[in-house]
Amino acid sequence: MHKILVIFAHPALQKSIAHKSLFNEIQNIEGITCHDLYDTYPDSFIDIKHEQSLLLNHDIIVLQFPLYWYSCPAILKEWQDLVLEHGFAYGENGDKLVGKKIMLAISTGGSANSYSTTGYNEHDISQFLLPFSQMSKLCNLEYLPPFVVHDIHKRHDAERITDKTQQYRQLLLKLQQNDDAATTDMESNQ
Amino acid sequence: MEHGVLFNIFIYLAAGVVAVPIAKRLGLGSVLGYLIAGVIVGPYALSLISNQEDVMHVAEFGVVMMLFLVGLELRPALLWQLKMPILGTGGLQLCATTLCIFLILLACGLAWQTALAIGLIVALSSTAIVLQNLQERELMKTEAGKNAFAVLLFQDIAVIPILSILPLLVIQDTAIVESTTSGWLSALMIAGVIAGIIIGGHFLVVPLLRVIAGSRSREIFIATALALVVGIALAMEAVGLSAALGTFLAGVVLADSEYRHELESDIEPFKSLLLGIFFISVGASIDFTLLLDQPILVAMLVTGLIAVKFIVLFITGVVFKIQRSQNWLFSCALAQGGEFAFVLTSFALQRQVLDNEIASLLVLVVTLSMVFTPLLLIINDKVIAPTFKRKLPQSENEDKAAPEHQIPDDTDSSVIIAGFGGFGQVVGRLLHGYHINTTILENDVGQIELLQQFKYKVFYGDAEQLNLLHAAGADNAKLFIIAVESASRTKRILIKVKKHFPHLIVLVRATDRNHAQQLIRLGADHVFRESLDSGISLGVETLKALGMRANQAHRAGQVFRRHDEAVLHEEAKHIHENEPEFVNRSLTERRILKKLLGLDALTYYDNLNDAWSTEAHSNQDKNSVDNLAAAHKHNKSSSEQS
Repeated sequence: MHKILVIFAHPALQKSIAHKSLFNEIQNIEGITCHDLYDTYPDSFIDIKHEQSLLLNHDIIVLQFPLYWYSCPAILKEWQDLVLEHGFAYGENGDKLVGKKIMLAISTGGSANSYSTTGYNEHDISQFLLPFSQMSKLCNLEYLPPFVVHDIHKRHDAERITDKTQQYRQLLLKLQQNDDAATTDMESNQ
Repeated sequence: MEHGVLFNIFIYLAAGVVAVPIAKRLGLGSVLGYLIAGVIVGPYALSLISNQEDVMHVAEFGVVMMLFLVGLELRPALLWQLKMPILGTGGLQLCATTLCIFLILLACGLAWQTALAIGLIVALSSTAIVLQNLQERELMKTEAGKNAFAVLLFQDIAVIPILSILPLLVIQDTAIVESTTSGWLSALMIAGVIAGIIIGGHFLVVPLLRVIAGSRSREIFIATALALVVGIALAMEAVGLSAALGTFLAGVVLADSEYRHELESDIEPFKSLLLGIFFISVGASIDFTLLLDQPILVAMLVTGLIAVKFIVLFITGVVFKIQRSQNWLFSCALAQGGEFAFVLTSFALQRQVLDNEIASLLVLVVTLSMVFTPLLLIINDKVIAPTFKRKLPQSENEDKAAPEHQIPDDTDSSVIIAGFGGFGQVVGRLLHGYHINTTILENDVGQIELLQQFKYKVFYGDAEQLNLLHAAGADNAKLFIIAVESASRTKRILIKVKKHFPHLIVLVRATDRNHAQQLIRLGADHVFRESLDSGISLGVETLKALGMRANQAHRAGQVFRRHDEAVLHEEAKHIHENEPEFVNRSLTERRILKKLLGLDALTYYDNLNDAWSTEAHSNQDKNSVDNLAAAHKHNKSSSEQS
């Protein structure tokens, strides 16, 4: 059974619809560690050694966050800058993450259609997530297709959210059991 | 004319009070002012003072104190680094000057013994005049100042062998065969006294000062400091050594102790006063009858003495690669006879090495050469130094080409912390962790002892004392932190520091809101209320305990802090100077609180709630904070979910 680390970054959970539900759902599952960055480091002063040992103790890393301005909330960027050090995650002797898997679990305000060459965002979601896929490559992490909940601005009815929450839970449970789950395309969430 | 002691004291003080400010205003410096005052009140003008020789003898003690203070400035390590200039520059200057004077006088037909005695006597320069002049011009830390000091130090040491050589120079060898027998014994005693000063200084004086300081009685501390200097001087004289040298040594020993600044500021006024009196008595002792009898001879001798000393000094400077413009200053500063010449001359007179006529002429010439030193320095300032300013770039390069002659500076800390209680300790420990040099001023002795075990640079003293602030290096520091507990003391220190050291950035601990506003008005650059941060931290923790997410609670604290600081500074602008601040204080505070609460509701929660809001769900999940602020909510969005 693979051990999963969910690194969660949401600065205003009290205002969240999707993530509050998603994150609550995966609490207290054996083998899944939930790590809330904003709650652990309210002053953004990240404990690098602790974060690195968390990474070392898990096989699959999930970065869960709402997409803000086509990127992650600030603390996750800080986390990347500090924790994924040269000599740890990349560069000379930076082989500590080799063979682990990484997956993004994100929400967007815009619809799935808007994230296409013909939509108003003009690019596919994978292009917006390029910094993350490239980061994974540099760190020798296997980059799994992201789990995306689109269209949060318009479609946040309870039924849809419950549905997405269950999908998320099932995905993580599958990832725990075997590697094949990774091939499942979770991007289409119409 | 005979006068009472008090009258004499009054005349000396009054002469200084009148003459020194005038001399300083005219750009002549205080030394020349004192000397002129001495001439005016002396026997050849107003004739207001009597037995100035006795006064001079007492006042010579000012030189002893000065050397003690110089010693306090020099840590042993620094003194060791000075060994080259002391032995090299000092040694060459003394030997060469003695030799030149000796040869010239020999050529003039004097007996070789007399010539050598005079050569030795006038080779010494005046520590009092040189150091006073250089300190007044703030030139002690220049290359010239350091070299001049090294030479003076060597001369002070050289007085000891000179005193033992002089009796051997008696022409008619009839009188004395007494000193040689006890040679071993006296050497042993000398070694004993010096060892006593070094060991006693470390293991007796410092603990004693600690006990005295613990009694928190300032005058007893001053008395101890004075007794220490006088005692060492007596011990040194008892074994036939220079008292100045002994106290210098004691100063060096105590330079590493935490009481350095306090000793400095306590001895300093006595030193200045005694030196002033010394200079006045030098001025008063100029023998004008002798001068008027043989004006041409005296003029020639004075000019000759200054010229010979100057030339030898200049050549010494060239040999030891002192930068050219600095060499002029160095040579001008030291080209005179010193107060040791008076001592040595009377000693030589007793031992019949010199006769009366030569001795009084010698004293006159030396005195006049001392009078001309400040004038020489003024000439250097006005005429010689400007010519170097024009070709400054070159001389700077010269300076850098010879780094081995640059004497390392006893660098002052850039941060001074006044008050090292709980509050100051946090600041000090934080800075200490990053190896930032701090000078700590504290008057709790127990505190000092403890901190010294952890290699903190702590000094005993009252930060309200202006001279302590000077001694602690406030002139060269960048930041001044006031962390004392008492609100009124904080204000007094702030006023002092702002008035006398306007270049310092002052960071101040405030007890409460009212105090903070007063401090802002008094010009504090940064004010920190001691209860604010802990209050906010507790509030943040409370919000967390009530279920608010940590980062939201943290942000709430930060927003509150910024809001409160802004209100504080805004209010400080509107406080009226003469508002009766202590009248009905509780009422004032309640009024302030009421106003604050009103402002809080209007602005602060508003800022808090805007963060990360998105249009889609701003009306959902109202928590208690939202409800409080609901009435004032504006629909701004600072962040957008994309």
